[in-house]
Amino acid sequence: MTSPKEEEKKPEKKKRPKIPRQAMPVQDPAVRIRNFNEVPYGYTEESAKLESIRCIQCKKPFCIDACPVRINIPGFIKKINEGDILEAARIIKKDNCLPAICGRVCPQEDQCERVCIVGKKDASVAIGRLERYVADYEAEHGKFEMPEMAPKTGRKVAVVGSGPGGLACAGELIKMGHDVTVFEALHKSGGVLVYGIPEFRLPKAIVQREVDYLAKLGVEFRMNFVVGKIRTVDDLIEKDGYEAVFLANGAGLPVFMNIPGENLNGVYSANEYLTRSNLMKAYKFPDYDTPITRWKNVAVIGGGNVAMDAVRTALRLGADNAYIIYRRSHNEMPARKEEIEHAEEEGIQFRMLTNPIRVLGDKDGWVRAIECIKMELGEPDESGRRRPVPIKGSEFEIEIDAVVMAIGSGSNPLVASSTPGLNVNKWGNIIVDSENTGRSSKKGVFAGGDIVTGAATVILAMGAGRNVAAAINEYLVYKAIGW
Amino acid sequence: MYEIAEKKVWSDEVPGVKEFKIKAPLIAEKHQAGQFVILRIDENGERIPLTIAHKDLRNGTINLLFQEVGKTTMDLGRLKKGDSIMDISGPLGTPTHVERYGTVVCIGGGIGVAPLHPIAQAMKGAGNNVISIIGVKTKNILIYEDLMNATSDELLITTDDGSYGHHGFVTDELKSLIDGERKIPIDLVVAIGPPIMMKMVCRVTEPYKIKTVVSLNTIMIDGTGMCGACRVSVDGKTRFVCVDGPEFDGHQVDFDEMMQRQRQYLKEEKIAVETCQRQCSR
Ligand SMILES: Cc1cc2nc3c(=O)[nH]c(=O)nc-3n(C[C@H](O)[C@H](O)[C@H](O)COP(=O)(O)OP(=O)(O)OC[C@H]3O[C@@H](n4cnc5c(N)ncnc54)[C@H](O)[C@@H]3O)c2cc1C
Ligand SMILES: Cc1cc2nc3c(=O)[nH]c(=O)nc-3n(C[C@H](O)[C@H](O)[C@H](O)COP(=O)(O)OP(=O)(O)OC[C@H]3O[C@@H](n4cnc5c(N)ncnc54)[C@H](O)[C@@H]3O)c2cc1C
Ligand code: SF4
Ligand code: FES
Repeated sequence: MTSPKEEEKKPEKKKRPKIPRQAMPVQDPAVRIRNFNEVPYGYTEESAKLESIRCIQCKKPFCIDACPVRINIPGFIKKINEGDILEAARIIKKDNCLPAICGRVCPQEDQCERVCIVGKKDASVAIGRLERYVADYEAEHGKFEMPEMAPKTGRKVAVVGSGPGGLACAGELIKMGHDVTVFEALHKSGGVLVYGIPEFRLPKAIVQREVDYLAKLGVEFRMNFVVGKIRTVDDLIEKDGYEAVFLANGAGLPVFMNIPGENLNGVYSANEYLTRSNLMKAYKFPDYDTPITRWKNVAVIGGGNVAMDAVRTALRLGADNAYIIYRRSHNEMPARKEEIEHAEEEGIQFRMLTNPIRVLGDKDGWVRAIECIKMELGEPDESGRRRPVPIKGSEFEIEIDAVVMAIGSGSNPLVASSTPGLNVNKWGNIIVDSENTGRSSKKGVFAGGDIVTGAATVILAMGAGRNVAAAINEYLVYKAIGW
Repeated sequence: MYEIAEKKVWSDEVPGVKEFKIKAPLIAEKHQAGQFVILRIDENGERIPLTIAHKDLRNGTINLLFQEVGKTTMDLGRLKKGDSIMDISGPLGTPTHVERYGTVVCIGGGIGVAPLHPIAQAMKGAGNNVISIIGVKTKNILIYEDLMNATSDELLITTDDGSYGHHGFVTDELKSLIDGERKIPIDLVVAIGPPIMMKMVCRVTEPYKIKTVVSLNTIMIDGTGMCGACRVSVDGKTRFVCVDGPEFDGHQVDFDEMMQRQRQYLKEEKIAVETCQRQCSR
């Protein structure tokens, strides 16, 4: 890598007026904790323009290297600066087919914005916010453009799962001329984007727009289709004529802590809690039929995005006390920085260095309290993070009426266990030869996204979907890849 | 959309019992005894599990039989022949383990007879001697008598109020099979019905070490093992009814915990019915 020094000096040389990182207007915390509307409003034309000026158009942009799908970041920012937002959108879409989603949910502070040169002395360029601005502008002002479509090949590809991995792969394959069918277990497509991430962080209309777009390109969606049950992978290949199958069935397996009291009434997996609220719209009960209990005192265990989403949902459902209980310290919480900040503004109570040891119930089997133990940070573990160790005798109780477990997600065995010849590792993740091709141990079967990597991110799943689409094309058309 | 090809009203009293024949050829093709579907009536609906009580491979249909116990089953009961159900996902769950055991006693309580029927049929098909016991509160909510007769070597019927068959509970009949004059050696008991009935059946069979399979009806959402709402303790371990079940070894099931978990949404369920009674347009 070259030294960033010269670029660092540039702004001073040119004596640009110093523009602060543009804030994104948000709903007032006091108001938003009582509704499910999106929290940030997004940049205005003016703030987007100002923010775009902050990018110094590096010759060797580190941000691109740190972007999992290598978006031409300075390229699209330049177009914002020039006022050609639709062209900016085209540049982003070359590498990222879901910018309105990624602009909202990517952990930019760990990716592009972490290495942005401007961030060395000042706050980094708000790349994520700009991406979101461009995508929203395009959705509002752009006309539907039929992308370049290759002539029909007559080849059929099955995509299992309609999360970001499946959608991205389907989008590429249809443009390559193949017939694509997406099989989805639930009644709505979008994967975690619709069942996990709440409306206040990612409006469902945005996800639907992407699904509708793919349908317009000719992708067929089959809902309520649990692969492994109604049809196995072998059925799809042998009976239904699919020549390749892409498994993007995600990491949908709830993890519990295996502590006493976990089956009491009022203990939920984050998946259950969020699926009720998001997919089933239980926050609109009784207008929607699925119930969710509006608990007053809720503890959410975990420190990632899932935990933040669950605890902020509990608050919006009317909790007076909504706690995050996390066994490490504040700095180790893996959630997006913005979500932690928003949670803090909303009055979420953080109980750091605290680990639950059991859930306590009343005589009828309902949660009454959670017993925790205080932790301190010891020696670093394999991940390099300091390992939390319990402090003897520091047990204490927090009175609550519900607990949501958000301590991670395993891989759902349903597809793998019904597919002979498909190898998985000891965690149940499908083994592929490389994440670029996604080739599994079974002929014609590819995999990508969370089912391969374990619970990760939207952008990685999307990137995997696109890479695998290219590999499937090689396999079907050029026979360059085989088994 | 899944069209209701036929509707049969078994009982119009409260709670009503109704049966639909629905066109779903792919589901019918894969269905095996013991499996269920999860359906959602319309955009605002919740997802509820119902067992496939029947299938017709030639016509590609499945039958669902349900009792109107709450908002969703009442909404369902109002649908007519020709109406459609928006979403049906299935077949779900692990099929019944069917083999030639010898003598199998199939016990159905209330509308539990419907899910029991395909299992009795499969057990009969595997060459077992099938003795069925059906128990209902009262005669006019008795269902599937003919079908069960056809798939059983012997059919015993009990009513709580004595209005038909033997006056008493299914457990009385079971006890007399095991320990009465006939002392029939039983190799397997399959019991489906209200949790309390299944629990009582297990109590009867446990001392005799008669293997007893029960089918659990926990609250579910996705039906694919994703949410964990359906979890129960079996032999001290947490299992998911939608994928690991719905059938388990009844002697290992923690019925009290299961019944406690079924009560989780009682308050909300009442609100749902009340709101609906006030303004039900659907
Ligand atoms: C609450 C929550 C918040 C998150 N927040 C963020 C965030 O802010 N930023 C970020 O980058 N990432 C976030 N993530 C992670 C991110 O959502 C996932 O990494 C990503 O969605 C994985 O995409 P995927 O396509 O691999 O799988 P998924 O999105 O999980 O989609 C898999 C799909 O496959 C379907 N499926 C499963 N089994 C079958 C079957 N047998 N047959 C048919 N279909 C099947 C599922 O129903 C699902 O729709 C979050 C995750 C959760 C749960
Ligand atoms: C595997 C399985 C197979 C079943 N097969 C049949 C069947 O063939 N015929 C039949 O009539 N019933 C069957 N049930 C039960 C049926 O799903 C419930 O009666 C139905 O969900 C009640 O919904 P409701 O809105 O009408 O009533 P509610 O007022 O919501 O509930 C009444 C009671 O039903 C139970 N229940 C509520 N929601 C659910 C849910 N989402 N999933 C499961 N149970 C719930 C609760 O114990 C509740 O107290 C089955 C359940 C399971 C798990
Ligand atoms: S976003 Fe940051 S790192 Fe990327 S080109 Fe602009 S200034 Fe350089
Ligand atoms: S219903 Fe969700 S895991 Fe069983």
